[in-house]
Amino acid sequence: MSKIAMKSLFTAAVALFFAQTALAGVKIEHWVSPSGARVYFVESRVLPMLDVQVDFAAGSAFDTAGKSGLAAITRGTLDLGAGDRDESQIAEQLADLGANLGGGADTDRASVSLRTLSARDKRDPALDILKRVITRPTFDLAILEREKTRTIAALKEAMTRPDSIAGKAFWAALYPEHPYGRQAEPETVAAIQRDDVAAFHQRYYTAANASVTLVGDISRADAEKIAEMLTAGLPKGEAASLPPAPGAPAKGLKKLPHPASQAHIFIGLPAIERGNPDFFPLLVGNYTLGGGGFVSRLMKEVRDKRGYAYSVYSYVAPMRQPGPFQIGLQTKRSQAQDAIKVARSILDEFVKNGPTEEELAAAKANLTGSFPLRLDSNRKLLDNASVIGFFGLPLDYLDTYQAKVQAVTIEEIQQAFARRVRPADLVTVTVAAD
Amino acid sequence: MRYKLMLATLLTAGLATAAFANPYETTLKNGLRVIVKEDRRAPTAVQMVWYRIGSMDEVDGQSGVAHVLEHMMFKGTPTVGPGEFNKRVAAAGGRDNAFTSRDYTAYFQQVPKEKLEDVMALEADRMRHLTVDEKEFAQEIKVVMEERRMRTDDNPQSKLFEQMNAAAFQAHPYRRPIIGWMSDLEAMTAADAKAWYDTWYVPNNAYVVVTGDVDHQAVFALAEKYYGPLEGRPLPKGKPQAEPKQEGTRRVTVKAPAELPTLIMAYKAPTLRDVDKDRDPYALEMLSAILDGHDAARFNKKLVREDKVALSVDIGYDGTTRGPGMIYMSGTPAEGRSVADLEAALRAEIGRVQKDGVTEAELKRAKAQLIASQVYKLDSMFGQAMEIGQIESVGISYKKLDRMLEKLQQVTAADVQAAARTWFNDDALTIGVLDPQPLDGKPRRPAFAGRH
Repeated sequence: MSKIAMKSLFTAAVALFFAQTALAGVKIEHWVSPSGARVYFVESRVLPMLDVQVDFAAGSAFDTAGKSGLAAITRGTLDLGAGDRDESQIAEQLADLGANLGGGADTDRASVSLRTLSARDKRDPALDILKRVITRPTFDLAILEREKTRTIAALKEAMTRPDSIAGKAFWAALYPEHPYGRQAEPETVAAIQRDDVAAFHQRYYTAANASVTLVGDISRADAEKIAEMLTAGLPKGEAASLPPAPGAPAKGLKKLPHPASQAHIFIGLPAIERGNPDFFPLLVGNYTLGGGGFVSRLMKEVRDKRGYAYSVYSYVAPMRQPGPFQIGLQTKRSQAQDAIKVARSILDEFVKNGPTEEELAAAKANLTGSFPLRLDSNRKLLDNASVIGFFGLPLDYLDTYQAKVQAVTIEEIQQAFARRVRPADLVTVTVAAD
Repeated sequence: MRYKLMLATLLTAGLATAAFANPYETTLKNGLRVIVKEDRRAPTAVQMVWYRIGSMDEVDGQSGVAHVLEHMMFKGTPTVGPGEFNKRVAAAGGRDNAFTSRDYTAYFQQVPKEKLEDVMALEADRMRHLTVDEKEFAQEIKVVMEERRMRTDDNPQSKLFEQMNAAAFQAHPYRRPIIGWMSDLEAMTAADAKAWYDTWYVPNNAYVVVTGDVDHQAVFALAEKYYGPLEGRPLPKGKPQAEPKQEGTRRVTVKAPAELPTLIMAYKAPTLRDVDKDRDPYALEMLSAILDGHDAARFNKKLVREDKVALSVDIGYDGTTRGPGMIYMSGTPAEGRSVADLEAALRAEIGRVQKDGVTEAELKRAKAQLIASQVYKLDSMFGQAMEIGQIESVGISYKKLDRMLEKLQQVTAADVQAAARTWFNDDALTIGVLDPQPLDGKPRRPAFAGRH
């Protein structure tokens, strides 16, 4: 009994200490390393661990013409041999340290991330592997061919799945003749040679093209040393130039056949780039339209009232150049046309009138009230800080987020939607719809 | 030894709260248990309400009712209208959802810490006062059918798993899919859902797990205030429905539109019942890590990278379930290699463990990963609540979690070899094969020229 009481006292003391550190808020420190890489750091001492992410402007938008898939293959083979270590040595050494290497390539960005314990005997060798992987990948020819084969098989498999077919057709229609619309095909992956991969690495995995984000149990001085250590071996390079602004989408309906029992439906268009002031009105408005999960209009009308779909949503995904506004749903193939009608009428009405005062208040209450949930783990801090770093958002982005949400008016939502979500330009893709 | 080292690390990092005094628990007079794990890293909290009731408690003809009821739980009570639950959680800046497994049904909210009381009041209300409205049910059952179409009917791998599972179990209710057979969903009524709720949704069949920036005494007081007035009721006694011993390999084939075949090999396996005395569940967990715990673990290194017989291979073992256990190996053969080639290769890998065992280096590596994962898991409040809830659902106290970790650290190479010999037994094996069909019903196009 007395033992328990003592433990409780101890807990209270420690807890007080933690409460103070937690309430200090998120301080993102930023500097440029001597290598030229931009660095973003959040000190978080509560857990004995460290997360590091190195982002490069090296996503699929930078794929060489006719070789779509090059960015993904380059990123995918970075850690399959680096410096004097082969792929097995890298994986085994990481496992011995209890460290995890992750990341991937999307349209704008290629990322390599490391999670390690922060004790020096674990941290230092794990960081050394990260450095080798980004600076000295060997791109062994046999391994490259093996990974190409696996990628081609996965692509072919994906092209039998209704959701993958719909996704691919959607992006192609949104971005005709634009890097965002080009996607890997078996033929384009087969065309990739080792020289292409090495050249892509040399061109895009450079210090000037990198942002490094560190979150965890290290000091600012250590963060500076680590960031420089990681990037000093990269070519200095220059920041990759942005892909051009996308042109008009291939608006209208694209209907693709498939034997599935459910139709997959995507509706959307290129809408907005990162950092554009229309983002906050779109974000707040979209909460009511289809972003607010169970309480959105789309969810109420399509799912709750009619039982048309398990999942129905809309979102805005800002990218370097205007990323998509998108509505998605799946429904029994025979009722696909009815479901599209309902979704379109909800969208059209919303674009015209925006949310009601009550809906706007609910959207703001959730988006500002849920703010602490966006930052309550090192993983979430890393995700936020790396986005701020990679896209060059203001360092006080998180500090001003709630105020910017609060300031949005119904008129601003109407205007932003009218500018960004023009019903006449919408692309609709259906797969397996009757 | 390494385990002790880890504790030392945690202590120096000031994590004593997480490692020792925490969590706290109490039991209300109505039988509801409340478990609180304080974690003051950020001003947020997670509430989870777990009901000791899952699809394994259903009867034939009513498969899927546990999950349908989970959907209906958002449809209102006399004081909280339909859809109002989600609305209030959203207004509190929270996120909420629920999930149904074979063993349990659980509901959760993640909220700013000041809003914990609001969501405790909401969960307590629907624990005993749910309205199962005919009209709401009629819409929601359609949503569940769409969910089944999406998750299973149009997903060849899920379909294969469903069929394999239905063959592997005959007497035990694990043979039924959690989402339910489509014809059972079509025949289900609001009265079925209501009966399920009335029978099983009582405080003595539930427990509440709260993690986050909270004081446990305050949470206990809130629990007393909101859940305390609910009345408990004796639960019906279930039948054991034990699975008879399998006496020979079973094979299932599923044809579905796809490009590549899939193979799944599922062996009946032990589950943890006695944390201190059991040995094999720990050994099989370490074996899974040795075979598939990292990119250069045996399966990926040998079958994907060296022999190129597979495009991908996985192993899955969950040693903590209410019903009988299984250990699964699954994979996709590489182009030009057959399902039979992959099956032979997987058998060869298991044979190698049975004959030669595993190395000390492999075991040490798996344990190092385990130690690190114990630190990483503290990064997620939701994950910590899940861990407590899940272990409690099988009737093992969360207090045993540390002991289980110790037992894992004590696994020897000889234990792993012995477990492999015992459990990878052909007579207890069920094999499922996905036979891919062209989408348009026409013969496949000629092989792509660039293939290697």
